Amino acid sequence: MGHSAPKIATIPGIAEEIAGLLGDMLVETVDHADELSFTVVREKLADAMELLRAHAHYQQLMEIAGVDYPERPDRFEVCYHLLSVNRNHRIRVKVSTDEDTPVPTVTHIWPVAGWLEREVFDMYGVIFSGNTDLRRILTDYGFKGHPQRKDFPLTGYVELRYSEEDKRVVYEPVRLAQDFRSFDFMSPWEGAQYVLPGDEKAPQAPGAPSPAPAPPPPPATPKGEPKGDTPKATGAPGESGAGEPTDSKANEKSPAASVKPQEHSDEGKGAAKPEDKA
Amino acid sequence: MSTYLEELNHITDAVDPTLGDTRIQNYTINFGPQHPAAHGVLRLVMELDGEIVERCDPHVGLLHRGTEKLIEYKTYLQALPYFDRLDYCSPLAQEHSYVLAIEKLLNLEVPLRAQYLRVFFAELTRICNHMLNLGSHVMDVGAMTPNLWLFEIREDCLNFFERASGARMHSAYFRPGGVHQDVPLKLLTDIGDWLDTRLPRLFEDAISLVADNRIFKQRNVDIGVVSKEDALKWGFSGPMIRGSGIPWDIRRSQPYDVYDRIEFDVPVGTNFDCYDRFMVRVEEVRQSARIMRQCLNDMPEGPIASFDRKVSPPKRGEMKQSMEALIHHFKLYTEGFHVPAGEVYVATESPKGEFGVYLVADGTNKPYRCKIRPTAFSHLQAMDFMMKGHMLADTTAVLGAMDIVFGECDR
Repeated sequence: MGHSAPKIATIPGIAEEIAGLLGDMLVETVDHADELSFTVVREKLADAMELLRAHAHYQQLMEIAGVDYPERPDRFEVCYHLLSVNRNHRIRVKVSTDEDTPVPTVTHIWPVAGWLEREVFDMYGVIFSGNTDLRRILTDYGFKGHPQRKDFPLTGYVELRYSEEDKRVVYEPVRLAQDFRSFDFMSPWEGAQYVLPGDEKAPQAPGAPSPAPAPPPPPATPKGEPKGDTPKATGAPGESGAGEPTDSKANEKSPAASVKPQEHSDEGKGAAKPEDKA
Repeated sequence: MSTYLEELNHITDAVDPTLGDTRIQNYTINFGPQHPAAHGVLRLVMELDGEIVERCDPHVGLLHRGTEKLIEYKTYLQALPYFDRLDYCSPLAQEHSYVLAIEKLLNLEVPLRAQYLRVFFAELTRICNHMLNLGSHVMDVGAMTPNLWLFEIREDCLNFFERASGARMHSAYFRPGGVHQDVPLKLLTDIGDWLDTRLPRLFEDAISLVADNRIFKQRNVDIGVVSKEDALKWGFSGPMIRGSGIPWDIRRSQPYDVYDRIEFDVPVGTNFDCYDRFMVRVEEVRQSARIMRQCLNDMPEGPIASFDRKVSPPKRGEMKQSMEALIHHFKLYTEGFHVPAGEVYVATESPKGEFGVYLVADGTNKPYRCKIRPTAFSHLQAMDFMMKGHMLADTTAVLGAMDIVFGECDR
């Protein structure tokens, strides 16, 4: 039985009929979930719409929706939703564009497009050539930026409040009382990326400053073998700067000493050897 | 962006959009944004020649809250309550579009009782919405009493919503896969009694005060006439397009849920003016009551939500016994369900007209894009052409017959 969404009778051969009508203006036809989408050439949009209204009986333009796909070269998609009240059918017509390339207006075909195009312009910055009234519509007077773009932060850049001192509304940069929280509830074994602040073991993005690595350990050399041709600087007693040996009498034990001196002079025994540190 | 912040410190006054109009001798007035007849926050910049409206430029967006942007950051279920807050006079009608859009993407079957319950409460929402609109329309053109009487019905409706969902206005009752919970039998019988006794008495009393009233007709007949061709060109829907004589009702033409099992009539206007739009709504209230009675008769017993546990949560009692139910509950309320990639445009007949949701899914647990098609946007845009040549006092009649709510218009 399936879903209970509005049942729209499929007209047999409607996709072929529209494809024949649009001819080389058509780029792509997608039939998904019983809904037909026609992507048309951007420059020919107004002609295609005129044909659809006059010959395919799509009298009403119900909606113009912008969608932002930042990874595409033409990042914006503008979707026109058409309705035919006598054929009882809906189709979707799409064009893609980027920030600078204008889309031809359809206000001369449907006057309702005026505000709908203004909204897409306001939210995405898509320019509609031929729309004589392309002002912002939903955002504030004097707003900057296009809030529905994917690179626009959810919090925006400014906030406003009424200032009792100035007796007017003032705009200030956004200050959040707590950090913006965006939880990633995806399954931890399906690629959730939890980034803890200050976690040096986390995989770093390329180019990110990483903590300095520990120096490599010195190469272990077998003891007792000469390292090379250069003689050891302190090899001879005269070269070490230690001078003559002290009087041998200083090493003689004092007969009055009751405690063995070894037990007091072994501080070095518990200390770590230099090899352990490496 | 830093230059932007610097510039902000120097901005002292808002840009005056009428600055360039100084050469024109006509009188420009500002209607709203704080005006009782503006139905919210509407600013109309009107250019008057004497008392005749020459041009009318509605400034909307004063209630813009960025709902569509917020939805992109929420899971599918978390985004549902935003739809209550769009058109706060008919919350359930908008949830209806949204849940149907999700179900269409998931191709999810909904149990029959849930479909009946959704239609039942959507029609109660229609009555509730029309009570507010009809009442405020007659008050805008000068009558006081009907509004008070109609608000009594509205109060009853809100009490029924509270008994069904726990909330008077922001119900969040429809869910993808069904409804949130079943209703007690006593509620259904109470609504049935109310439909038979209280609603007709109060409603017909209130309407009898204005329907044939000479002053009300003088204020509405032949005001804001829109031809069939214009109604199509300006993207009208709902009572506005039916008031222009086109028998177009999505419940009838593209039936959703169980509307194809229910009999009802679609009223149309004959003179295409504000009075026709008013009377179309009056008749819709009677038809809604008729639909609700049929729902009460035909509603079967059974489950009220889908058994697909990847979308619809298990019952509390089941969670005490079953580990799997507990896991499903936890996953649904943290991660949410994933919707396969695709895009759908689902429009339903909300009390104000065609309320559409264009949902683009990318296979994750959050919508990639959720474009909301408000009814008020296209209707309000036609204000300029409908008002041209009318008197200033007709503004409130035209506006009242449009049924604008700004939570929905500005989103």
